[in-house]
Amino acid sequence: MMSLAELICPAGTPAALRVAVDAGADAVYCGFQDATNARNFPGLNFTPDELAASVVYAHAHGTKVLLALNTYPPAGKLDLWRHAADTGARLGVDAFIVADMGVADYIAHTHPQVRLHLSVQAAASSPEAIRYYCESFGVKRVVLPRILTIPEIRQIRKEIPCEIETFIFGNHGLMVEGRCSLTNYLTGQSTNMDGVCSPASDVEYVRDADGSMSSQLAGFTIDRFGPDEKAGYPTICKGRYTAPHRPEGYYAFEEPVSLNLSRLLPELIEAGVHAFKIEGRQRSKSYVRGVVRAFRAAVDDIKAGRKANIADLLALTEGQKQTQGAFETKKWR
Amino acid sequence: MTKLTLGPIAYHWSAEARSDFYARIADEAPVDEVYLGEVICSKRAPFHEAELPATIERLERAGKRVILSTLAEVMLKRERKATEDLAEIDAPEIEINNAAGLFARGRRPHRIGPFMNAYNEATIGWMAAQGATHVCLPSEMPAPAIAVAARAARELGLGVEVQVFGRVSLAVSARCYHARAHGRTKDNCQFVCEEDPDGMPLRSRDEQPILRVNGIQTQSESYLDLLPETPQLVADSVTHLRLMPQRVDMVAVAQVFRDAVDGRLSMGEADARLAALSGDARLSNGFYHGAAGYRRIAMAAPS
Repeated sequence: MMSLAELICPAGTPAALRVAVDAGADAVYCGFQDATNARNFPGLNFTPDELAASVVYAHAHGTKVLLALNTYPPAGKLDLWRHAADTGARLGVDAFIVADMGVADYIAHTHPQVRLHLSVQAAASSPEAIRYYCESFGVKRVVLPRILTIPEIRQIRKEIPCEIETFIFGNHGLMVEGRCSLTNYLTGQSTNMDGVCSPASDVEYVRDADGSMSSQLAGFTIDRFGPDEKAGYPTICKGRYTAPHRPEGYYAFEEPVSLNLSRLLPELIEAGVHAFKIEGRQRSKSYVRGVVRAFRAAVDDIKAGRKANIADLLALTEGQKQTQGAFETKKWR
Repeated sequence: MTKLTLGPIAYHWSAEARSDFYARIADEAPVDEVYLGEVICSKRAPFHEAELPATIERLERAGKRVILSTLAEVMLKRERKATEDLAEIDAPEIEINNAAGLFARGRRPHRIGPFMNAYNEATIGWMAAQGATHVCLPSEMPAPAIAVAARAARELGLGVEVQVFGRVSLAVSARCYHARAHGRTKDNCQFVCEEDPDGMPLRSRDEQPILRVNGIQTQSESYLDLLPETPQLVADSVTHLRLMPQRVDMVAVAQVFRDAVDGRLSMGEADARLAALSGDARLSNGFYHGAAGYRRIAMAAPS
C-alpha cells in the first residue's frame, strides 16, 4: 500500500465541517449529539439532518466523512449505537470509527459495505492487537495510540494488513484511550460509556483568599494558579498534585502541552502512515481553518518533494507549550 | 455457590513478600480462585517469575483454582513475547487483558480480564463465540448494566466476575508515573515503585487524597467496597466476586466476604469489620450506583 498522507480533520459542528472541507481536508470526522462518540460535549456534534446535508456537501467537494461511534455501550443500551450506525450507513458516510467489539461486529454484519476504522479508543498498540481487529471485523485502518515512536510505527506497518492513521496535532492524550475512568471517578460521568472527559458542567474556578485561583472539577482542586498565572482547564491528567517525594506540587502525569508533529511529517510519511489526524472537534471554526490550511500546504509540499514551511504551524500554538510526545523518543515514557 | 476470587497483585511486591502472601492465602483464605502474574509492568516480571511454579503448586495443593493473567498493556517486544507465551498455556487457565492475547489465543478457551472492556451483551456474545469461558466486567459499570451483561453471559454459559474490594484501576499509560515522580524515565526507573506496596498517594493541592500511582497505572485512592451490594450482585447472576490484594489482612477480608455472602454474618457487622480491616483507606461504591466512583452511597434499608 502506498502512503497517501490523507489529512483527517475535526468537525465538531456543521459549520466547522464546511470550513474543514473548504480548507482542504481529505476527510472529516464527526459524531452524533449523544453518547455514541467520545466528544459528547454540549453544543457539539450533528443531528441526523445536519449529517445528511454535511455528507452531501463534503462529497460534492471530494471529501470523505468518517463517523465516530467510538464509545463503549453499556449493556442494555446497545440500540442507541446500532441506530446511529444504521443512520450513518443510510446517509452514506464513508467509514465508521469504532472501539467496541460488539459495535464492530454489528456493523461488519449489518453494513459490510461501509469501511471500519479502529478508533484510538480501542488502544490497539501492537501488531497482534491490530491484526485481531482486522481478522475479526475486517478493519481497514487503525488509529494508533499516541504512545509509539516512529521506528515502532515503521515496524508495526510491516506486520499489519491495514492502513495506519496517527494523530499529528492537538490535545496530547496521556492515558491509554478507552481504558480511562478518571473522569467517572470524580464526576460520575464516564469517558467510555458517556463520551465525556473532564466535563465543563463540573468545572469551577475559585478565587482563594491570597488571590490565587483554583481550577476545580466536581469540587476537587485539579490545579492552583498564582494571581499572575493564567488558570488552566481542570483536565485530571494535566493537573498538579503533591506526592510524598514531591511536596511542592508537580504535573504528576503531563504538563498541559499540545501535540505538534509538523517537524516529523516527512518521517511519518516515510514510515508508511496513510493518514494524519488533527484533534479538536471542540475547537472554533477559525482554529480549524488555520490548522487545516497550514497542514494542507505542508503535506502537499512534502508530497511534491518540496521543503514544507512549518512556521505557520508553530505559530498556531504560540503561547502554548508543544511536544512531540512519544513519537520522537521513548524517553517520554 | 458464589465464588470468591483473589485478583492479581497490582503492585511491585518483592518475590519474598509474594511468596509469604500466597502461602497464607493457600493455608487460610476462603477464596476459591487465585489470579497470578504481572498485569501492570513487564519490567517487574523477572523479579517474581521464578517463584511462579512453586506458588501455583502451593495454591493448587490447598484446593484453589489458579488462573494466570496477562499484561494489560502490550507494546514492546518483551510484552508481545510474554503475552504469546502465556497464550500457549492450557493449564492453569489464562485470563487475557489485551487484544494481543486474544489474537494469540484464538478460539481456545480463556477468560476475559477486567481490562478487556466487556461492557455489553454484544461484546460478550462475540467473545463467547471466540472461546471465552468467563468474563470480568469493567469496574466502572453501574448496576443496571451489570445485571443485563451478567444475565447475557450466564445464558451463554460464561462465569461472570465483578471486583468487590480494593483499589480500582482508573487508567493505564505507556508512561511510568512512578519513575516520573522521581525524575526518571521508564527505562531507567530503578524499580522505585517497590517503595509503595499500596500505591503512591497523590493529593490535590488543597491536601485532599485523590489518586494512587502504581507504575504505569493510576488507581482510585479509595478501596472499592461492594460488600453490601453482594446479595444484589448474586441475584443478578454474578458468579465470582473479586478481591484485589491490598496491604491489609487479605485473609481476614476474604473471611468477612465469605461469611457475609453465606449469611453467617450480618451485612452491618460485616461492613463494620471490613472498614476496620481497611485501616485509613476510605471505602467507595459510587460506580455501582451510577455516581462518582469515589463516593460512598448508603444502601436503602431493606423493606
